[in-house]
Amino acid sequence: MITKRIIPCLDVRDGRVVKGVNFEGLSDVNSPVELAKYYSDNGADELVFYDITASSDGRRLFTDILTETARNVFIPLTVGGGINTVDDFDRVLKCGADKVSVNSGAIRNPQLIFEAAKRYGDQCVVLSADVKRVDGVFRVFAKGGRENTGMEAIEWIKKGVSLGAGEIVVNSIDTDGVKGGFDLEMLEAVCAAVSVPVIASGGAGCIDDFTTLFQTLPGVDAGLAASIFHFGEVKIPDLKAALKTQNIPVREVL
Amino acid sequence: MIAIVDYGVGNLFSLKSSFAAVGAEAIVTGDAAVLRAADKILLPGVGAFGDAADKLRATGLDKVVVEQAKAGKPLLGICLGMQLLFEKGYEYGEHEGLGLVPGSVKPIADVIPAGLKIPHIGWNGLIFKRESPLFRNIKNGDCVYFVHSFFAADCGESVIATAEYGAELTAAVQNGNVFGCQFHPEKSGEVGLNILRAFCEMEVGV
Repeated sequence: MITKRIIPCLDVRDGRVVKGVNFEGLSDVNSPVELAKYYSDNGADELVFYDITASSDGRRLFTDILTETARNVFIPLTVGGGINTVDDFDRVLKCGADKVSVNSGAIRNPQLIFEAAKRYGDQCVVLSADVKRVDGVFRVFAKGGRENTGMEAIEWIKKGVSLGAGEIVVNSIDTDGVKGGFDLEMLEAVCAAVSVPVIASGGAGCIDDFTTLFQTLPGVDAGLAASIFHFGEVKIPDLKAALKTQNIPVREVL
Repeated sequence: MIAIVDYGVGNLFSLKSSFAAVGAEAIVTGDAAVLRAADKILLPGVGAFGDAADKLRATGLDKVVVEQAKAGKPLLGICLGMQLLFEKGYEYGEHEGLGLVPGSVKPIADVIPAGLKIPHIGWNGLIFKRESPLFRNIKNGDCVYFVHSFFAADCGESVIATAEYGAELTAAVQNGNVFGCQFHPEKSGEVGLNILRAFCEMEVGV
């Protein structure tokens, strides 16, 4: 049976993980390579590297650490951040990424999804949408959640899928950082609208939030989180053990 | 030495890295002489069946792969590389495969209930169907990473493992010294590396 995926997300700036993490056995808490390996060894099903670098030097460092990670970590790697052209896809796929996540770049130019899907296959293109309620309507925000595009979110996501996006990451700005649970209402609306895998992001604060997510919404395929994993508030082996006791299928941690 | 067939399809960085991780020497090559000199051959692939089959034939390496497999050299196809081992593929039309394993490649949509997502993407447990040296280092139920919309049908006795996704989909096959994995061992963590280790340990003429 297909299992629910647990995905830690690492923000990387100038080749370093932004939020330092203190795990036993990690000599360099800001090393993306070490942290990726740690998560892989502890049962993460997939990793997202999010490049928040602004400079071209930083971008080069990012591709260097991506290459080094892909040499050492053998689970799927998704890369996002600064993906504006098909050449950007090429750049990160060559360094060992398996999937590429587009956000603002696809808002500016939706054909990016089509072009990339045509060249690399739908399964390679992940549409990441930052969504926030504005006067009761789900709206898509760009530029890291700072700018309201005015686009209705469900329509945008449907359009993304029709252009070739093979997976959707729904990041709820409303629940992000609150640690009160995933945005079930928003996710339900997305699951009802598309037939590609949906990854929930934003709001996880504890193990129960993942249990509730997968029990309430069987259409959600994966849960993504950052700080609760980085700060050790939720340990992936504990999370998977808890999901298993609730009969939610998960990949066992070796 | 393991020769990874380079015929211009997909990115071979992760595959090469995964062989390095299990301590095997792997060379990405489009050179027939290197394929003939190799201990084992790995046939990768992503994309669509017809396109990949055409590209492989355009390099002329299809004949070398078939000749070497028939001579008893262990051959492992991965993902689309596995699908190419069969007789025919029905992705955007009908295409000839290498014919090294009986069966044909058909849409998953033909056999799974409506409502299940396609592609079949994510980690799924292997259901062993018969013993195979490829599985000597792993156990029944171990999860591996799948990404595919087509599957190998009518492969009869060559199926060594399936995965449950609304139907039992062919996950791995063996026909003598020819092996195929629908999933990506190079992206399946320690389980995947253990499958590659088993392939590396095989003797020529299994």
